[in-house]
Amino acid sequence: MTCAPPNNPNTALQLDAHGRLRHFLTLDGLSRAHLIDILDRAEGFLGIARQAIKKVPLCRGKIIANLFFENSTRTRTTFELAAKRLSADVLNLNVNTSATAKGETLLDTLRNLEAMHVDMFVVRHADSGAAHFIARHTAAHVSVINAGDGRHSHPTQGMLDMFTIRQHKGDFTRLKVAIVGDVLHSRVARSQITALTTLGVEDVRIIAPRTLIPAHAEATFGVTVYHDLRAGVRDVDVVIMLRLQRERMDGGFIPSEQEYFRLFGLTEKRLATAKPDAIVMHPGPINRGVEMDSRVADGPRSVILEQVSNGLAVRMAIMSLCIGAHNFNMNQQDAADE
Amino acid sequence: MSKPAPPRLSIRHGRLIDPLHAVDTHADVHLADGRVVAIGAAPDGFQPERELDASGCLVVPGLIDLCARLREPGLERKATIRSETQAAAASGITSLCCPPDTDPVIDTPAVAQLIRQTAQRYGYARVLPAGSLTHGLAGTQLSEMAALKHAGCPVLSHADRPIRNTRVQRRALEYAATFGMTCFLHPCDADLSDGGLVHEGRVSTRLGLPGIPEAAETVAVARDLALAEQTGARIHFRGLSTARATAMLAEARARGVAVTADVSAHQLFLTENDVDHFAANAYVLPPLRTESDRQALRAAVARGEITAICSDHQPHEDDAKQAPFPRIQPGISALETLLPLTLQLVTDGVLSLNQAIAMLTCQPAAILNSKRGHLAINARADVCVIDPNKIWILNEHTMRSRGLNTPFLNQELRGQVQWTILNGRVVFEQSPVQYC
Repeated sequence: MTCAPPNNPNTALQLDAHGRLRHFLTLDGLSRAHLIDILDRAEGFLGIARQAIKKVPLCRGKIIANLFFENSTRTRTTFELAAKRLSADVLNLNVNTSATAKGETLLDTLRNLEAMHVDMFVVRHADSGAAHFIARHTAAHVSVINAGDGRHSHPTQGMLDMFTIRQHKGDFTRLKVAIVGDVLHSRVARSQITALTTLGVEDVRIIAPRTLIPAHAEATFGVTVYHDLRAGVRDVDVVIMLRLQRERMDGGFIPSEQEYFRLFGLTEKRLATAKPDAIVMHPGPINRGVEMDSRVADGPRSVILEQVSNGLAVRMAIMSLCIGAHNFNMNQQDAADE
Repeated sequence: MSKPAPPRLSIRHGRLIDPLHAVDTHADVHLADGRVVAIGAAPDGFQPERELDASGCLVVPGLIDLCARLREPGLERKATIRSETQAAAASGITSLCCPPDTDPVIDTPAVAQLIRQTAQRYGYARVLPAGSLTHGLAGTQLSEMAALKHAGCPVLSHADRPIRNTRVQRRALEYAATFGMTCFLHPCDADLSDGGLVHEGRVSTRLGLPGIPEAAETVAVARDLALAEQTGARIHFRGLSTARATAMLAEARARGVAVTADVSAHQLFLTENDVDHFAANAYVLPPLRTESDRQALRAAVARGEITAICSDHQPHEDDAKQAPFPRIQPGISALETLLPLTLQLVTDGVLSLNQAIAMLTCQPAAILNSKRGHLAINARADVCVIDPNKIWILNEHTMRSRGLNTPFLNQELRGQVQWTILNGRVVFEQSPVQYC
């Protein structure tokens, strides 16, 4: 496996001496080979959902703790299900309601869980950098998977989106992809952009009013910024809509949801400038009538529900890789099941 | 109980650099009764009780740091006046100005006196408390500035908590000007910087951390310059971080506005890239900016528009940096890197050695309106003896500050203090006593 640029500190933190995944914190610093490996492995897990016995013994005897410092039913559920299909024992901890409310520090919470011999933490936290912090301070045998940290990164979401794109489009290198909406506050957008550029997409566009575009976005991410939706989605193969995070709109970034929808809401008419076979994606949950029209969300080009199903296979792939089940051969497994 | 008189001391064979008087010569310095009594030959009949061999060393005025937090009173879990003045002495710093954000705030004579007396009791460094411009640093009611001045506050400040209300800021500057007191201002617009953690730029964009735009500084500089011109107050910008602000400063000085400025040493060496990957020890406010800002700050130092370099020392306990990035506390433990970093500017060709020493001695003294910071006959005997070529490593064994929070940890530094003398007494010595 080829390794990421050696001077990226994420590389040292996320990979072991053999270049294999130890933690999964951010896509920044991972090579194209790493991402392809995850996608290929997820492909193998996709069939399990259709089997009578929906379990593989890859993480049997392992304890995986879902550490959710920020509420999220959907993401937590898919991680829980992915862990259970890998035969792991799962602990669900909503930390914001228990330990930290009593004044326990994050490190104390970690130490306590480590003492219970947990093998993996799946972490969601409202602070950018929380997963990095936990990975830097956790015991050597524990893997950390970032399930979303602040505005920074949501790498499993990024990978399931790539998986969905690959299912529909095959090769990444000739694609044009537009990401529409609140890039400034979006950890999903950051992971998607990193994944797309790592996988060789040369034309990545982000479309939003200036207040929702982060500083120096073009130079930082190698994307093109558009402030006009129609121009931005012209000839694209993939349109990714971002959730307008109402809870993060206190700074007055847009005047109203009505004006936002009028200018940046995706309708069938506006989608007409995209390629005829363009697909429409959304990480969910959708604000219908704000980011997109229901007819687009439920229309033939929408792959939003596929994203959800794919999330399971992709998370199984990432969890099993990080926990060290590297030599798993899907065909052998099939044979064993029969 | 009074202390015995300071001993008679001779500092022999050193290279004396006294920028205020443009002195750069090999000459002995003789001290008695807490003052400089002779330079060159000793006075007739002078019998030193002790001689320090400064061969190969620089003999310079004791360093003056315009901003160092000692954490006492109120935050003794981080550090104390004793621990930090001891670190200052080991760093050649004989006078330091501490901002008013202690707990309680330095807004009454009692707190100012408590700090000064505690420092005097230990005797490692002279501590000059900066009085708060407003009561409780709340930014609403003016503090009793005349009383603070009387209690030994040479300047006023609002620490790094900007006064949001421009009318209050105007009245505070105006009232301070009544007593001829200089106001130290950290230029930062309260609203533009609200919630920000790092420079708004590539790193904030990539890491998804809330940014502090350049305009947070320039808007505040513009406001405060306008108020200084209107009120005739003497203002000093503490810790500039942007290229544009240095241009505004230079323009205002050229116009004759009574304004000075300093820069924190780390701003001349680090950029936003040093915070990348959530590096907790490089989290400071104002934030580390871009490489072009860093170059502009160096240029402003070289041209003498910025006239002082300070540590902006902020020691922390380990826990303060042990959390996800948005929850850690800002600041660098910086007393011990102030001199080596400033000397590095000489190596880097930014300043001459004399200019570098001036940035740490007579120029900050002028900002404080202090008579120290030079070594003429009869000057206060605050002296720092430096081995400029000594290479040492900054680590938990060599650091004396309680705070180990520095991005320079485990780095090699050049230039080490051999002796520090405060009011004629040796308050720090690097090596065992060396009699000639």
